[in-house]
Amino acid sequence: MALFTPDRSQYPAKKADGTLDIDLTSGKYLKLWQGPNHPGITGNMSVELTVCGDEVVEGKTHVGYLHRGFEKLMERRTFIQCFPIVCRICVPEPDFNEYCYAAAVEELAGIEVPERAHWIRALILEMGRLNSYMMYLGGQAGALGQGVIGQWTTYVRDLMLDRFEELTGARIYHMFILPGGVRDGLPEGFERRMEETLCEVERTLKDVYEVMFCNAVFKKRTVGVGVIDLAWLDEYGVTGPNARAAGVAKDVRKDQPYLVYSELDFEPVIGHDSDIYTRADVRRRDVQVCVDLIRQILAKMPKDGPLMAKTPNVLHWKIPRGETYIRGECSRGEYGYYLVTDGSGYPRRVNVRGPSYTHAMTLLERMIVNLNISDVAALMVSLHTYPPEIER
Amino acid sequence: MMHALHTRLKALFPLGEFTEQRANLSFVTLPASHLRPTLLHLRDREGFTHLVLLTAVDWLEDGQFQLTYLLSNRAQRCDIGLRVMIGRESATMESIHDIWPTAATYQRELREMFGIDFPGSPRLHEDFILEGWNDIPPYRRDFDTLKYAEESYRQRPGRETHDPATHMKQQLYPDGR
Repeated sequence: MALFTPDRSQYPAKKADGTLDIDLTSGKYLKLWQGPNHPGITGNMSVELTVCGDEVVEGKTHVGYLHRGFEKLMERRTFIQCFPIVCRICVPEPDFNEYCYAAAVEELAGIEVPERAHWIRALILEMGRLNSYMMYLGGQAGALGQGVIGQWTTYVRDLMLDRFEELTGARIYHMFILPGGVRDGLPEGFERRMEETLCEVERTLKDVYEVMFCNAVFKKRTVGVGVIDLAWLDEYGVTGPNARAAGVAKDVRKDQPYLVYSELDFEPVIGHDSDIYTRADVRRRDVQVCVDLIRQILAKMPKDGPLMAKTPNVLHWKIPRGETYIRGECSRGEYGYYLVTDGSGYPRRVNVRGPSYTHAMTLLERMIVNLNISDVAALMVSLHTYPPEIER
Repeated sequence: MMHALHTRLKALFPLGEFTEQRANLSFVTLPASHLRPTLLHLRDREGFTHLVLLTAVDWLEDGQFQLTYLLSNRAQRCDIGLRVMIGRESATMESIHDIWPTAATYQRELREMFGIDFPGSPRLHEDFILEGWNDIPPYRRDFDTLKYAEESYRQRPGRETHDPATHMKQQLYPDGR
């Protein structure tokens, strides 16, 4: 195998059809698989790297390790039977699936959700976002050898899972936001215990900032690495913190406010350098926004009132022919459900649009070229992708 | 807002059925041959620069696939879905990967899951999720999931399957009353 050299004549030329002319028998190139099991918490996906020395010349994302055919399964289930399935599409932040699915069904069935349920839904979504960011921070630091950050963020994530458990009865898959409203109100003393958890989140976040973001090694490895060009945002469908780190305040909560976000006071966090460090920093600051939003929601939400709208008998529930698209801003970007109904008791088609679908495929394959092998894990994690929403 | 956009588009392209789903979301049907100019017009003149998704719906009884191209205009805070109906038999559609490079992934998935061909789309024939699949594309409505599962997988010995209604009746009223 040839060692890395700045001599670009070693690198593959392009064939007439635009693909790279890589001759593996030449000894210049080596195939290297990153994943599907990797400590960098990108989940079970793999990148097939072709390297020359220690530089990547081509990367191809391979997914399918978590494919369970959710979209097909839902076509054979009644609308209420789909509800406990959807949360399983994204493990670390399942509530967006519940919200988007429920909102799509409600819109096509003409169901008006009570106001109090809107507030509780927003609370659940922000709690899930905070947990997802905590998982990300641990993964991003872990990809560069800082194992301790993951220990700390997992600790506060666990505290938030306790709050989820007392609110919904479950820690991971909550199955709480169902078509028509939410299952229950807040338990007694929830606000006080949530405030204790939020204080612990803020304290941990301060430690994370000092140990991770002020660390010379972390800065050296991430500043100026893995830059997303501004022109790629539309070409590759980049949304969420990946777009905000490039200086574009794309945030569905502000662009097309849903639930109660128009009544909450917040500004999307943006960065400008669009590298791995900036993306991590945008997410770290976004955790503080989450904390503020949870406090605002708990202070402003109505303390009593109905939680569920009147829905038809779920065993005989038919929805008229129609189609809609519902989106929300999850921790990774735009999450959406495209639902088509045909007048029967089953969805005709459900299509899940997860942000990882574009970030982990064409965007990652574009960004990985010319990267050093040792930076690949950090780049993969910095796009904050979860493969189940690619494969569904 | 969406009605004004529809009027402007109608002056340029032969549009079909128009559905205003919400104040900021509408769907419009158009012929496959006019998809590319419509997409380019919406992207370059109307500000719909973000391809949200591209997917297919199988209308088996009509013998058609519906391709939905959902575009978003962030400045105007609105979305438009373009519906293109194509025949299910030897389904082929023009690729749009040169307009949005990210469309290549959607098209790869549609070829694998619905059997819709997009000539010229990058890596179209590489496996996306399924490996070594030799049955009909699984997301088509005529793919029988139950039959496939029964033929491909074995029941573990000792497991029984009950009809839920009969089973519960038996449990609650064992003497058959």
